[in-house]
Amino acid sequence: MTASTTTPASTTTPASTTSPEPTRRDFLYVATTAVGAVGAGFAAWPLIAQMNPDATTLAAASIEVDIGGIALGQVVTVKWRGKPVFVMHRTPEEIAAARATPLSELPDPVSDEERVQKPEWLVVIGICTHLGCVPLVHQGAFKGAFCPCHGSDYDTSGRIRVGPAPANLAVPPYKFATESKLVIG
Amino acid sequence: MTGHPTYVPRSAAAKWLERRLPILGLLHSSFVVFPNPRNLNYWWTFGGILSFMLAAQIVTGVILVMHYTPQSHLAFASVEHIMRDVNYGWLIRYAHANGASMFFIALYIHMFRGLYYGSYKEPREVLWLLGVVIYVLTVATAFLGYVLPWGQMSFWGATVITSLFSAIPLVGDTITTWLWGGYAVDNATLNRFFSLHYLLPFMIAGVVVLHIWALHVPGSNNPAGIEPRSDKDTLPFHPYFTIKDGFALVCFLVFYAWFVFYVPNYLGHADNYIEANPMQTPAHIVPEWYYLPFYAILRSIPSKLGGTAAMFAAVLIIAFVPWLDTSRVKSAAYRPIYRIFFWLFVACCVLLGYMGSKPPEGIYVITARLLTFYYFLHFLVILPVLGLVERPRAVPKSIAEAVLGKKPHPLSVDAHP
Amino acid sequence: MRHCTLAGRVALIMLVGLAALASGLGRSAFAESADSDSLHDTPKPPRQEWSFYGPLGKFDQAQLKRGLEVYRQVCANCHSLKLVAFRDLAARGGPGFTEAQAKAIAAEYTIEDGPNDDGKMFSRPGRLSDYFPSPFPNEQAARAALTAIPPDLSVIAKARSYERGFPLFLVDPIIQYQEHGVDYLYALLTGYTHEDDPNWDEYIPGHRIAMAKPLSDGMVEYSDGSPQTMHQYARDVSAFLMWAAEPRLEDRKRMGFNVIIYLVVFAALLYLVKRKIWKKVHAGH
Repeated sequence: MTASTTTPASTTTPASTTSPEPTRRDFLYVATTAVGAVGAGFAAWPLIAQMNPDATTLAAASIEVDIGGIALGQVVTVKWRGKPVFVMHRTPEEIAAARATPLSELPDPVSDEERVQKPEWLVVIGICTHLGCVPLVHQGAFKGAFCPCHGSDYDTSGRIRVGPAPANLAVPPYKFATESKLVIG
Repeated sequence: MTGHPTYVPRSAAAKWLERRLPILGLLHSSFVVFPNPRNLNYWWTFGGILSFMLAAQIVTGVILVMHYTPQSHLAFASVEHIMRDVNYGWLIRYAHANGASMFFIALYIHMFRGLYYGSYKEPREVLWLLGVVIYVLTVATAFLGYVLPWGQMSFWGATVITSLFSAIPLVGDTITTWLWGGYAVDNATLNRFFSLHYLLPFMIAGVVVLHIWALHVPGSNNPAGIEPRSDKDTLPFHPYFTIKDGFALVCFLVFYAWFVFYVPNYLGHADNYIEANPMQTPAHIVPEWYYLPFYAILRSIPSKLGGTAAMFAAVLIIAFVPWLDTSRVKSAAYRPIYRIFFWLFVACCVLLGYMGSKPPEGIYVITARLLTFYYFLHFLVILPVLGLVERPRAVPKSIAEAVLGKKPHPLSVDAHP
Repeated sequence: MRHCTLAGRVALIMLVGLAALASGLGRSAFAESADSDSLHDTPKPPRQEWSFYGPLGKFDQAQLKRGLEVYRQVCANCHSLKLVAFRDLAARGGPGFTEAQAKAIAAEYTIEDGPNDDGKMFSRPGRLSDYFPSPFPNEQAARAALTAIPPDLSVIAKARSYERGFPLFLVDPIIQYQEHGVDYLYALLTGYTHEDDPNWDEYIPGHRIAMAKPLSDGMVEYSDGSPQTMHQYARDVSAFLMWAAEPRLEDRKRMGFNVIIYLVVFAALLYLVKRKIWKKVHAGH
């Protein structure tokens, strides 16, 4: 099919032209392209937002922990928002060790007083701030918590002392509803 | 087609890629400079619409799977969880459920367009066959997907359709037990249907690539049903057909959005909001609307094996159309008698669908039988005989002539009607 | 090619018609029986006016609150609402309770939780994240107590429908009529018109219904001054069940309004571009 040679030169069929007219700077083209781009953006949003936590997850409300039965020196692990939370009933020695440590020795300097509401109760999220493993409580050189994954060592206030973790164990929002009832979240 | 410029990469990156994998050149020749007959009307935009719908169904489907649980005790509640709790879950689920119907609307228009304009005729038989494969895969995918919400219609639809295989002599029951993974539709069935519903769309996408490949060898058919002879008869795909397809697609999206946002349950069935109950069949089981003509054919034969065979034959016979139609002229525009029979056939399909939705009793049974007879008559008698006895009108000498009504092209020869 | 386009239009109309026809006729109320006798003497539920109808429809918050009262005091004795959570009561597009009010409602319920540290199940007051508790622990218990299993009401407003018939079902998608289920519920609740027979209902095929007349005047006290009649209760609880079945309805309609306006504007722009690009080609030479 090479019949195109016979086509009159005046033909307007742009089959053989590379740049279709009229010019792309035309306002109409710009407006249409812009409207299309905005629409595509809006259409993409629900496809992205659907991966955010859904209503059931957001409603995974506070949990109550009965701390009356936790003996001195004992640690109870409870699940809050899918994560382990350590509730540590600290002995006077543990409290003293945490409070005796000078802030200058801490990679993430926070005083023990700021991390607890009642000295005998330490409530921290049991997720190593390095890469998310669950540390072993009452292990390591400082007898707070020791992460077996990469050797991060936390003290009895849940503060990082040695190892690759950059920050102290996080403290979740909590309050004491009664003497023996702790509400986390 | 010759005469259209080949791709010349401009940027350094494009040059680098083109030397190693000439994919930009392939896209350029397929979707930029590809010559399309200039007289394509809006019925030719449904191929593009279908491509979009397939992509949309895959995207929304992949997202739904992130929140859905394919377990018989949890599936129904997990769909409701999507509708209630997931961010925009209601939108994505309604878009997917109505998207299936939209896919079939576009698919049926696409198929009837092919039948009207003779798009299955030489040299496009393979293109047509691939289209039939896509259709069959789509029917299977939609059926599997409808089971997943695990409502009453899901469950009983699955039971009825899988029981079709029990009509096969000797091995029928063994096959249904194998399909179910048990002695009834149950959790095992749901799990395998879920797996296959996820798989088949990607197989459809693969066949669509072949379909487009087979389209781009001879090029598109057109309303005149004659092949382009010169560059005068064609226009480059871009911008002429990208803009035309784009406009048609957005119009189609208005229609789609109307259903998704305002009448999202119109095309569905209320019973599917009742959780599946293996102990109780709904009073009146109907499949989704897009299966109704075939469902009517199934029920109109008073024999289990016969009905099943007729239903499968009704689908498969579409594949033989290129050889059943004996006419030398492609387009119904120049076949005055075929045009009448085409519309009769459309009416037959619509009425079969109506019969499929009615309870199988009284006048509906007789009408459905007559329509079933006519359905096969159209393919087996009317198409072959009509091509031999009909006198087509004069076909234009060229596409340009058909469009512009000008005198014949000096070089045109009516070599290939 | 004019005849082709015309034929094409007819084809489009017919295909859309096919979709609508098939689906519309295919839809049948669960209550509908294949027995045509009972089908014919069952009247179709009359259409009601609902605040949530139409492209800008919204729930009437006061009505949803009243409907909740009817559900809690009457329906909940037998029917569960297991997919609705107390937090939904304070969610956007719902009855419009504050979080504190929703918490208070939740706390009125007793939820079984557990096991506790001793391995025992225990009872505690409901929280926002809890779902409405079911009146029966399982289906067998319900059947034993009532001889029939009362359906869960969470999606009942979408799980019930009725046949509109030709040609109304073709009109429904255009006028956005989607309230078949809620109209059916209202009709059913107000269809107990035989004073002497509490199990006779006008809108049930065969007129026999296992649920005895549930609503009567004055049985639920309203605090907002609305009439305390059986019809008002039926209307309010039907609206409430529509919300329970479709709690994202307001979001959906609002977004739909914007999306369709956007698409129409975009289509118009594309049409202008298309016309501009094709102008020279159409002009011929």
